[in-house]
Amino acid sequence: MNKELLVIENLTIKRNGHDILRNVHLKIQPGKIHGLLGLNGSGKSSLAYALMGCKGYEPDEGLIEFDGKEITHLPINERAKLGITLAWQEPARFEGLPVGVYLALGAKDRKKEAIESALEAVALPPAVYLKRPIDRTLSGGERKRIELAAVYLMQPRLAILDEPDSGIDMLSLSDVISLAKSMAKNGSAILLITHRDEMVEAADNASLMCRGTIIYHGTANEVREYFRKRCRIHSEKVDFQPVEKDMRVLP
Amino acid sequence: MTSEVKPLHQSKKQVEPAWTKELEAILDAYSKGGGNVEDLKKTNVATLVVSSNRVLLANEIPGIHFEAEELPQGVRALINVEPGAVIEKTVHLCFGMLPAEGIQEIIAEYNIGAGAKVEFLAHCTFPNAVRLTHLMNAKINVGQGARMAYKEAHYHGTTGGVEVVPKAEVNIEERAHYLATFSLTHGRLGKLEIDYDVTVGKNASAELVTKAYGFGDDQVIIKETLHLNGEGARGLTKTRAAVKENAKSEVYTTAEGNAPFARGHMDCTEIIQGNAIAKNVPVVIVRDERAQVTHEAAIGTVNHKELETLMARGLSQEEAVDIIIRGMLQE
Repeated sequence: MNKELLVIENLTIKRNGHDILRNVHLKIQPGKIHGLLGLNGSGKSSLAYALMGCKGYEPDEGLIEFDGKEITHLPINERAKLGITLAWQEPARFEGLPVGVYLALGAKDRKKEAIESALEAVALPPAVYLKRPIDRTLSGGERKRIELAAVYLMQPRLAILDEPDSGIDMLSLSDVISLAKSMAKNGSAILLITHRDEMVEAADNASLMCRGTIIYHGTANEVREYFRKRCRIHSEKVDFQPVEKDMRVLP
Repeated sequence: MTSEVKPLHQSKKQVEPAWTKELEAILDAYSKGGGNVEDLKKTNVATLVVSSNRVLLANEIPGIHFEAEELPQGVRALINVEPGAVIEKTVHLCFGMLPAEGIQEIIAEYNIGAGAKVEFLAHCTFPNAVRLTHLMNAKINVGQGARMAYKEAHYHGTTGGVEVVPKAEVNIEERAHYLATFSLTHGRLGKLEIDYDVTVGKNASAELVTKAYGFGDDQVIIKETLHLNGEGARGLTKTRAAVKENAKSEVYTTAEGNAPFARGHMDCTEIIQGNAIAKNVPVVIVRDERAQVTHEAAIGTVNHKELETLMARGLSQEEAVDIIIRGMLQE
């Protein structure tokens, strides 16, 4: 029996003559937080969209397996029914759709208490937010928290959190990390996508992405170290010449 | 209003027995269209119920008066709100027609006295319509400093055999406020042709909110004009329409900034699916350099990101589209 929940092999997406993703390999285990670190434009969000099955991110090569089942060409909602979901980096607005109704849509537990508890977990007072529409009257940070609460309520088997820290003030980063840890403790696998290496500290394992491919796998500390040395200081060099010899694959 | 219009002093208990069944049927349709029948039964709620050309129920309360005249094909009604009257509970109006075919014409005049405050909830129900026309011609005057809200919700049954043509000429006096909400989002739409012409006085304001959901061969035509004639007049048109299958939606809005510091805005969102067609023609006219009128329009299919977000929560594409449209129409 495969202990991996998610296995990505040789995933490649080409668009207009360019490789958006190139030979991506990744494995994620249940109950673990896997950090995916990379500079802006390195392909992290593209990988998230491909994993979720979003339009325009259909693979040209490779496969995605979830719990031993190939899902490479499954539509989004079928993947969601298997337990995969995505918290978008820039969450959508929904005119006229109240926060409470939105949160209940995918929630495993739709009781009011559960929904209120999820809002509290992302530091949004339920009395203020439950009936507010998810429209332009909410800031990007507020929508981000609501998105995280929605994912939390789904109790997914795999939560893809795309830059969950962006648009959220520094003081609230601990809330985001606590939420991810709490989900992992309850058995969810988390793919934590970020361009800030300090976020990866919360992860069990991590991968470093560059120019559409994963160039390094390791523990969170190893990947942070690699990123600090090669990507922060010499980011342009790494961006153009991935150091293939340094690539490692998790056991 | 002619002198033939007679005051109504019927209480709910005086409904003629011959009409009782018709009243029950029209109230049943009212309920299906989203109305709360219990509200109509309360003695402290002003109510007017018209079926075809008969006034079935009228209940006045202090500060508001109804007069009505039964016409061959409808009713002429005069609704007066006394100056300074604050009508605490929403006034309920119900216009309906039970037969499958025919014409109903409502000629209405609303006079809202200076400083008064009132909210109307009008339900128009045509549950059995196959070939039916409902004409509404309204003249509305909102006196100085008064506030009037008029919410109109329609239910046209499931056959699409209704043609609804509501026309209104509205005058909003100094410092008054007028909010009109027209909603036709349950059942078939048939053909809807709205024509509102609103004149806004000094420091007065008007908001016209229209929501429609059409499918099959439904047709919706919305014409709204704001004349921002008074200094500091403000006006907003907000249109939300969704059409699918072979339905058509045409929205024509005009805002005239005719006075200093007048502010107008037209906001239109239309969602189309299938072979549906949507059109928006905003017209901006400014006759004073200190006035400003703006518009924004978005026409197209359901927003892709919204769709994928909901599908990532496990909803099917159809369910997700329905949630997005219902949200836009604030169902």
